[in-house]
Amino acid sequence: MAGAEVTERELIDFVVREARLLDEQRYDEWNALFTDDAIYWVPLVPGQPEGLDHTSHLYEDKLLRDLRIERLKSPRAFSQQPPTRSLHLLQAPTVEPRAAARPGEHLVRTVFQYIESQGDELHTFFGVAFHRVVVDERGALRLAQKRVDLINSDAALPAVQLFV
Amino acid sequence: MDAPTHASSRWTADAVRALVEPDRVHRDLYIDPELFALEQEHFFANTWNYVGHDSQIPNDGDYLRAEIAGQPLIVVRHGDRSVRVLMNRCAHKGSRLVSAPSGNTGRHFRCPYHAWTFRTDGSLLNIPLKEGYEGTGLAECESAKGLATVKNVRVYRGFVFVKLNDVGPGFEEYFGESLSSIDNMADRSPEGRLEVAGGCLRFLHQCNWKMFVENLNDTMHPMVVHESSAGTAKKMWLGKPADEPKPMAIEQFTPFMSDYQFFQDMGVRVFANGHSFSGVHFSIHSKYSAIPSYEQAMLAAYGAEKTAQILSLARHNTVYYPNLTIKGAIQAIRVARPVAVDRTIVESWTFRLVGAPPELLQRTAMYSRLINSPFSVVGHDDLQAYRGIQAGLHAGGNPWISLHRNHVPAEDGAADVTAIGTSEISMRNQYRAWANYMTLTM
Repeated sequence: MAGAEVTERELIDFVVREARLLDEQRYDEWNALFTDDAIYWVPLVPGQPEGLDHTSHLYEDKLLRDLRIERLKSPRAFSQQPPTRSLHLLQAPTVEPRAAARPGEHLVRTVFQYIESQGDELHTFFGVAFHRVVVDERGALRLAQKRVDLINSDAALPAVQLFV
Repeated sequence: MDAPTHASSRWTADAVRALVEPDRVHRDLYIDPELFALEQEHFFANTWNYVGHDSQIPNDGDYLRAEIAGQPLIVVRHGDRSVRVLMNRCAHKGSRLVSAPSGNTGRHFRCPYHAWTFRTDGSLLNIPLKEGYEGTGLAECESAKGLATVKNVRVYRGFVFVKLNDVGPGFEEYFGESLSSIDNMADRSPEGRLEVAGGCLRFLHQCNWKMFVENLNDTMHPMVVHESSAGTAKKMWLGKPADEPKPMAIEQFTPFMSDYQFFQDMGVRVFANGHSFSGVHFSIHSKYSAIPSYEQAMLAAYGAEKTAQILSLARHNTVYYPNLTIKGAIQAIRVARPVAVDRTIVESWTFRLVGAPPELLQRTAMYSRLINSPFSVVGHDDLQAYRGIQAGLHAGGNPWISLHRNHVPAEDGAADVTAIGTSEISMRNQYRAWANYMTLTM
């Protein structure tokens, strides 16, 4: 599906909504943004080319995203006592030039600050998110991949419990 | 190497020994900052610790940085192909010579401050304006000899270990029969060789290093701690048709939910000096799907009998006390890096089995990501338990940690014991060694 009819505004709104669904803990709606074979990816090192032959922080297909979301509903998700809250501070997303996107996709780049708060603790993470966006058969925007490049991906990180 | 000396402390050797009883240990092991400083000074300098793998430094001049006992080290490939371990401290004013985690220094190290240069065996090569030292006492002091070197270095099937002090047993005696787990991991390569590959996950734990190391052979926790993750994975897979191929992630998560009987029957074996492994008879790694092209490569290399022998050993975690823990069956290791009494960095490394098909590294990389990443839903609940202990131990009323499960006096001091998998024998064994190596130089 060619994406010529998608406006820059729609793409930016899509990315902003994606972060908002996470921060409002509407995880099932968030997960539904992804296409069936999409990957949610947090690479381990800068410039990491792929996520199979190299370890990542996260490299999650639908099954693993479902598991992560289902776990949070368990009363025995002990690390969520007390529950974590998250906040995404987004710089204005930019739609990358067509040449940078794969055929049939739009690529949106967003500088962000991600915050997790739990009890008296607050952790902040910084990085750049890349959303590969496609238009599905019903004309809706969907995520083919969300890749999150943390500025300190190779540092010793504390537990990151929700969705960056 | 001379140990640094501290001002007098309430921790005499006898006071330290009194913290460890045959079946329980005192909370100060985990929460006393002064004891942590003494651990760095004595315990970690008196024991053999893992600093890296020689596949990380294949070429002359390749180096990596390490830190043991709070001391900065360089592990470097010298021109004669041997692995040398040097103090990362210029002989002149003490500057760290290398700051990158790894790299290639060529034929010598050059201090970034005053350009003193040292060969990769640590010897002094040159000093700018050398005539300035004529007639001075430099030639007679340590600084003229070059970098301090670590004498006790041993490379075992690529794994590089060091002992900073000269006390205590040599490498073979220290690790003894426990080395069979490293052998099995390397033998799983059709060429008998391992290569570090796939990156290093570094996970900051807000707890004492001992809680992490203890947990590796703690088989009473998985079905409790990991119910929300592994239990959910198991539930998600319930009701799938029997012939539906099980995704690798499901295969890796669900064995954590095995019952007490399973972990009891798995068995645990302990060795002198604190080492142990769980999974004597089988483990949570035993039932992974076969990878046919890998088995063919193994058969071609070793023949049927030896292949079966190598692959049937599917040990769970082997603890090379104190800082290395390995999973030979999936070629992943975890290294404990103590930072403070309540802070530890856990590094997870993965290995390529040289000569094996790429699926093997992919399985290892996935396991490490699912279980050991700072984002891991399994790791989150382990860490919650460790942090819970770190806080809970400050409670009054009972300063002791119980390690009584399946304790029998006959095991105390025995050099090689196999017990049921749910025994807390591995922890009792660790703390016997801890008290010994802690007080060896006190």
